[in-house]
Amino acid sequence: MNPTDNRRKRGRDFWPKRILLMAFVLVGVLGYFSDKINPYYADVLTTMGINIIMAVSLNLVNGYTGQFSLGHAGFMGAGAYASAAVTLFIGPKILPPDTAAHYAWATNALFAGALLVGGFVAALAGLLVGAPSLRLKGDYLAIVTLGFGEIIRVIFQNIPALGGGLGLNGIPPYTSLAWVYGTAVVCIYIVLTMVHSTYGRGFLAVHDDEVAAEAMGLNTTRYKIVAFVVGAFFAGIAGGLYGHDTLSIDPKGFGFMHSIDFVVIVILGGMGNTPGVIAAAIVLTLLPEFLRKWLSNAEEYRMVVYSFLLIVLMLTRPQGLFAWRRKIKSV
Amino acid sequence: MPTAATTPPLLRLAGCTIRFGGLTALSDVTAQIGELDLVGLIGPNGAGKTTLFNLITGVYQPTAGAIEFCGHSIVGKKPYQITGCGIARTFQNIRLFPSLSVFDNVRVAFHLHLFQGIGHAVWRGPAFAREEKEIAGQVMEILEIFQLDKFADASAKSLPYGDQRRLEIVRALATRPKLLLLDEPAAGMNPTEKVDLMRLIKFVEEKYKISVLLVEHDMQVVMGICRRIMVLDYGMKIAEGTPEEIRTDPKVIAAYLGQEAAK
Repeated sequence: MNPTDNRRKRGRDFWPKRILLMAFVLVGVLGYFSDKINPYYADVLTTMGINIIMAVSLNLVNGYTGQFSLGHAGFMGAGAYASAAVTLFIGPKILPPDTAAHYAWATNALFAGALLVGGFVAALAGLLVGAPSLRLKGDYLAIVTLGFGEIIRVIFQNIPALGGGLGLNGIPPYTSLAWVYGTAVVCIYIVLTMVHSTYGRGFLAVHDDEVAAEAMGLNTTRYKIVAFVVGAFFAGIAGGLYGHDTLSIDPKGFGFMHSIDFVVIVILGGMGNTPGVIAAAIVLTLLPEFLRKWLSNAEEYRMVVYSFLLIVLMLTRPQGLFAWRRKIKSV
Repeated sequence: MPTAATTPPLLRLAGCTIRFGGLTALSDVTAQIGELDLVGLIGPNGAGKTTLFNLITGVYQPTAGAIEFCGHSIVGKKPYQITGCGIARTFQNIRLFPSLSVFDNVRVAFHLHLFQGIGHAVWRGPAFAREEKEIAGQVMEILEIFQLDKFADASAKSLPYGDQRRLEIVRALATRPKLLLLDEPAAGMNPTEKVDLMRLIKFVEEKYKISVLLVEHDMQVVMGICRRIMVLDYGMKIAEGTPEEIRTDPKVIAAYLGQEAAK
């Protein structure tokens, strides 16, 4: 292979803007037809999209950067509460009473603002948790993030203004398929463009060998915090979408077991493999729906199936179920 | 060693001491490395060679003493900041980024001289494309110089041992250091690879006009290329001089072979 070929081939890092545009067109089409989709399917598709956002953003932390976080649902909760608070408490004050009927753009703008608030609150939480705890490694970091998830839950349980243990109810139904998949596209785009750059290779370097990364002049702590904060931001937005879809949120919905769901998706898809993680999010969203056909209490068996899947996977395909393409060929 | 007295030395260690609890790993080490110097650091096992390395690169902080690089103190700086000042290193056990390609291993090291951040990466504007293309060109250029370009897309861990060592040196050079620290580069190499390595180190020093500090057990390598050698024993510098002086120094012979042999 001659060197000029080699240099040209490296243009592959510059692909994505066109793809982003195409994805938005697809989302627009999806949004246009969303009223005509069977509500059950629409519901499954919404959950699937939220799971994709959660898994792709967690993959930035757990996969690419190699920091094992077990608190992703906690950030989702922070975002869900923050954005629901905006639409519930601030929304009615700034929107005229008959907005829903006449000014669709106004509710959409409010929702966009609420989602951003959710994202930023979660990102702030990510910064607060990440800055002190990202000096820890492996199991220790996992424990701290797990503890954080529980702390968030307990905090929400004890704020009467946010409904305490009962949670928030009567959240307006703003979430649509277009919103969910639009956000998913942005999330995937940002994570991929971040990682596919000279700057972003640093995340993978931190994952591979922190000492060597530091010796190459990389501020590893900063990289870890950036990954953590960006991951938390999208988890927060996903939380906002979730809240405005289920219309009621309570602290129990964002506990530790929920974080495990997303960790399973990331592991199943292959750490640091975004297409694989998206595929895993799709499969693991559909799986319980199919199981429901044969088992009346599928939800209870889900964790059994997950554990079984994980054990089989670790034995047979430790690189992830969907790591179908070796990214780097060997000599 | 006729170093110019007017310019400050590149690296200056003054009375560096480091204690781990009751153990004094280095005591009162004073040393200098000038511009375009090729210094060897030898000593028996446990003499404190790697500790000295970790001290210079900021992994450990000195209990007492001063470290100056280009006339500025680097005590208290973090390893990545010290790399930013212009000291790059390799590791005793090869520490490449195994899941990254050879190309990306070197590309990461360009990070220090990167103008762009996340914003540029996400926006993908023309400035980003230009810089990425420029970096890709520079990476391929340095890989070509060291005949690693044919492996550019291979994963770093799949390279033969000697090439992995070479890649680690290339990666360190990509940070554009003024001083390169090599921690036992000849470890585990066969005689042919050692000869190649000696040629490589000479080449690096001449081509990039940098100083090299080399920790090595292999006397053939050290005596073969170093202009000056420092000897550590029990955390103290016991000798310093040209290879010939070191070869005949009774204190060095005593440290390596025992008092009897020195007599």
